[in-house]
Amino acid sequence: MSVAAERRSRGLFSHGSPHRGPLLLGLPTVVFLLVLFAIPVAQFMLLPIQAGTVEPYVKALTGSLFLQVIWNTFEIAAYVTLLAFLLGYPVAYFLTVAPPLWRTIGFFCVLMPFWTSILVRTYAWMVILGRRGVLNEALLSLDIIEEPMVLLHSMPTVLLGMVHVLMPFFIFPVYAAMQRIDLNLVAAARGLGAPDWRVFLRVYFPLTLPGVLSGATLVFILSMGFFITPALLGGGRVTMIAVLIEQYVNKFLNWEFAGALSAVLLAATLIVYGLMKWAMKGDRKW
Amino acid sequence: MVSPSQPRTVRARRRRSGFRSLLGLYCALVFFFLMAPLFVVFPISFSAARYLSFPPPGFSWQWYESYLNDPSWIQATVTSIKVALGTTVLATLLGTLAAFSLVRGHYPGRAWVDRLVAAPIIVPNIIIAVALYGVFARFRLIGEWYGVMLGHTIYAIPFVVLVVGAALRTFDANQEQAAMGLGASRLGAVWRITLPQIRPSIVSAAFLAFITSFDELIIALFTSGTNATLPKKMFENIIFEIDPTIAAVSVLQILLVALVVALASRFGVGVNPIR
Repeated sequence: MSVAAERRSRGLFSHGSPHRGPLLLGLPTVVFLLVLFAIPVAQFMLLPIQAGTVEPYVKALTGSLFLQVIWNTFEIAAYVTLLAFLLGYPVAYFLTVAPPLWRTIGFFCVLMPFWTSILVRTYAWMVILGRRGVLNEALLSLDIIEEPMVLLHSMPTVLLGMVHVLMPFFIFPVYAAMQRIDLNLVAAARGLGAPDWRVFLRVYFPLTLPGVLSGATLVFILSMGFFITPALLGGGRVTMIAVLIEQYVNKFLNWEFAGALSAVLLAATLIVYGLMKWAMKGDRKW
Repeated sequence: MVSPSQPRTVRARRRRSGFRSLLGLYCALVFFFLMAPLFVVFPISFSAARYLSFPPPGFSWQWYESYLNDPSWIQATVTSIKVALGTTVLATLLGTLAAFSLVRGHYPGRAWVDRLVAAPIIVPNIIIAVALYGVFARFRLIGEWYGVMLGHTIYAIPFVVLVVGAALRTFDANQEQAAMGLGASRLGAVWRITLPQIRPSIVSAAFLAFITSFDELIIALFTSGTNATLPKKMFENIIFEIDPTIAAVSVLQILLVALVVALASRFGVGVNPIR
């Protein structure tokens, strides 16, 4: 062992072993997260097992009502992800190529709402889309409609609110991927005579794919666990798993079933996350 | 240079400029969609009407007065700030320690520590909230501000590790070796060489932890009991009565977060949770 290596091994808290210093540094955080996070979450999801039954899990996965809610949740998450892509991808591109002033304005428009509390934004949507809301009043006064439309408590409204919250999570990684693209590749493709649409499809888009994939996964995962927006804008009509879990805890006081539903939700989340990891094959860490 | 002998290029250029205006228009619409809630909240908070109406019939401070004169709003604000400050201190400390451990360590099980630290981002909030609710109910911590703080710290730690870890990875550890070669202790080297250089990132991480906690609703919904935080109070108000006081509170909250973000980019490396 060289002197330097030996010195390195005499870490802050190390007592002999060369690897113990960093391990001990991380120990308080590990203990904190185990005691307050990992163990309580595991315990909660295993409540039915502790009660000696697997029946709640079976019910959560086979009951037609619950299958419907799980399907709903996936459907909403898929729509939100698609919308985030359709709205967010061009914006990420715009932020990459726009002249400085427009880029600043664009970033302001993305970041300002991003830093605004979800609650504030959900409230604003209720004000805009309510029966006597901004939109209805405007359309009424312009004689475009004769009766106020019922917009709240519907699936499109929930999608709107969710995509508003989650779009930035898609834009950031895609923007980062676009920043890293070597534009010489695009120039080369053009020089070789490829039309613009083909340059985009064969060169530019594939290069942004890692960003698209991580952004889409993030949006999908966050959508699946969403609670505030479906609870407020959905008004009980649009049910997602997270809302159902809350109801089983607060309304029905059925913790075991809430635990089983949580296990299903977490399993679904981990499967999506695992698929993304597999698709990226070690491209970049979270 | 555009010449008739290059019709292909001309057409391509014309198409590209058309595409650019189309892109600009599309993005302007998306930006409008993103800003729409803010465009509505600001005017309503200054409305002179007694109920919700848009556009407001006149200017008034009444909803700000109604916020300031309502002890339950003030109480919720104080609780939120207390919780957020506590979370900032605890999460920055624990997160920075974990970042050092993960970036510098090569011990068995490091990958699992990594997963454990990242997990609170992946696990849906509602699950964390209900699980904590169960634990806190057993230990009579429901309604205590430090209970909410512990919950928010779980959620803020991954962001701190992300930001501080990124800074540590780009930091040249040989500088520490050099300091130690010159006689500094390990602790001295970290304290006087490493920490000052990654301080902007730690500051940003701290601001991020503050905002994360200040905006968090779901954990607070379950664990803050009668001692509601600001988001919880707002949530209950939205459900039971939509009055423009919430708009005033919203504006104040937006201004506070904007201030925090501005401070973070002045004294830190900015706050951007996703890199």
